[in-house]
Amino acid sequence: MDTVEKQRLEAIACRIRIGIIEGVYNAKSGHPGGSLSAADLLAYLYFKEMDVRPEEPDWPDRDRFVLSKGHAAPALYAALAERGFFPPEELKTLRHIGSHLQGHPNMRLTPGVDMSTGSLGQGISAAVGMAIAGKLAKKDYRVYALCGDGESQEGEVWEALMSAAHYSLDNFAVAIDCNGLQIDGRVSDVMSLDPLAEKLEAFGFFTQTVDGHDFDALESAYGRAKLEKGRPSAIILRTVKGKGVSFMEDQAGWHGKGPNTEEYGLAMGELRARLSELVGGEEK
Amino acid sequence: MSEVKAATRDGFGRELAALGREYPDIVALNADLSETTRTGYFQKEFPERFFNCGIAEANMMGIAAGLASCGYVPFVSSFAMFAAGRAFEQVRNSIGYPHLNVKIGASHAGISVGEDGASHQCCEDIALMRTIPGMTILCPADEPEARAATRAAYHRDGPVYLRVSRFATPVISDPSARFEIGKGVLLRPGSDVAIIACGIMVPEAVEAAKALAAEGISARVINMHTVKPLDCDIVAAAARECRAIVTAEEHSVIGGLGEAVCSFVAENCPVPVKRVGVNDEFGMSGPAADLLKHFGLSAENIAATARSLVKSK
Repeated sequence: MDTVEKQRLEAIACRIRIGIIEGVYNAKSGHPGGSLSAADLLAYLYFKEMDVRPEEPDWPDRDRFVLSKGHAAPALYAALAERGFFPPEELKTLRHIGSHLQGHPNMRLTPGVDMSTGSLGQGISAAVGMAIAGKLAKKDYRVYALCGDGESQEGEVWEALMSAAHYSLDNFAVAIDCNGLQIDGRVSDVMSLDPLAEKLEAFGFFTQTVDGHDFDALESAYGRAKLEKGRPSAIILRTVKGKGVSFMEDQAGWHGKGPNTEEYGLAMGELRARLSELVGGEEK
Repeated sequence: MSEVKAATRDGFGRELAALGREYPDIVALNADLSETTRTGYFQKEFPERFFNCGIAEANMMGIAAGLASCGYVPFVSSFAMFAAGRAFEQVRNSIGYPHLNVKIGASHAGISVGEDGASHQCCEDIALMRTIPGMTILCPADEPEARAATRAAYHRDGPVYLRVSRFATPVISDPSARFEIGKGVLLRPGSDVAIIACGIMVPEAVEAAKALAAEGISARVINMHTVKPLDCDIVAAAARECRAIVTAEEHSVIGGLGEAVCSFVAENCPVPVKRVGVNDEFGMSGPAADLLKHFGLSAENIAATARSLVKSK
């Protein structure tokens, strides 16, 4: 990936992070930590990897994305708004009565959301169903999913992974956002997943581990995943919870609360400064 | 009672295979119970559209949701205990909440599972499914009606829970009758008491009405094959014209057809209602026919309940 392209994606990711903070601040609730850790992946998927049509969200041949860690909805909404599925101003209505931006994704309300999720463990199963549908209909679309590391403690995740391998779904790639934290603390303290890569391999997945904030690494991993035939792919993303907002980084406390006015100002200051670095004086 | 007996699960399985021949968008999913839920008929004819999910019902519901989101019409099947019980939250969140077009064929419902015992005798499924907004619940009375219900489920937009049984029971439905979701069927006129039944209790209700007639009690019999949405008109007419209602279902008295009728009647047209069902207890092992009698899921108990209700009017 050349520098210009990388800078473009970094700027998009930064705008997604701004959208996340706008959303959770105006909602006075929500999940900034796990949204910020996933922002780079969503920027990569929606602006580099996936074939989607904002003007035709239900295009039958589109690539699908399932946010199994549905609490990162603010990140998905910000990515979709940035991509043109709906106006970015609407991000401020997150979690408000009457808004199409529910606390967790609702496929019936928000253009571009491919599956309603939020109850952990269920999204991978739905993504497997979409991948089976693609094979059955002999379509070329690919199915992407993002699962949390804490979420991977749910048994259904492993049922779903088993079925993806059983049906040889090489049109399916699941990413695990390993930010290492969950509500009650470190994932390794609450219920360890280790060794995760070996488990995924044993479940029949072509497994790669990459820095989830590095666009070169993401491009290379998803490119390699596409070449793998006869089995699904797993990409373990090493990420930082709260990435991009200094005081939220690696803090379990920022899993599920919105910032107050002062924190909002600090976060937006940091993100806007970063955006200026990336795009110069072009925009604020 | 009719000589012909058949299990409603057979009607479901045979009609699913027949629908498969007509509609290429149907897919079937199972969780290691394809033979006994009778989706094996579909599997045999359409192996490429059949997906065994192994013993993992929660995942199966999610896979069905994903398939439905891509335009397929999945029929998922398992025992009622696991379809509605084990996978309740997946049905609620992955299928019900997005109102996806998934059909849940739940066999081995109720006490008549028989020898397997209480762990497999699901008497809570209707209660669970009723709480999900937008869920349609069908509970056909016999094998031919199970066929009609399966076909109607395919043509219904949105999630459908189709409850069928393992036990062979009398065929009583009129083959020329049109099956319409949400419309109860008046099987027998009557004015002293109305018996509103679903599933394999419908033949028992008919037998009860015959016995009551011999004693001079005129019992109306309604086959309520759709538990949700409830046919409120037919219930209101029964309340108004009979002034007493007995419900009968092979399900807990908590949360099932009886309670749906009670709720409607209490709020709209209060008359005495008695519920025949499983009385807040677990089942047990035994031959299905004996168990049904033991738990009072019989023509005799329905008649006795109706008799005492009429006397107390």
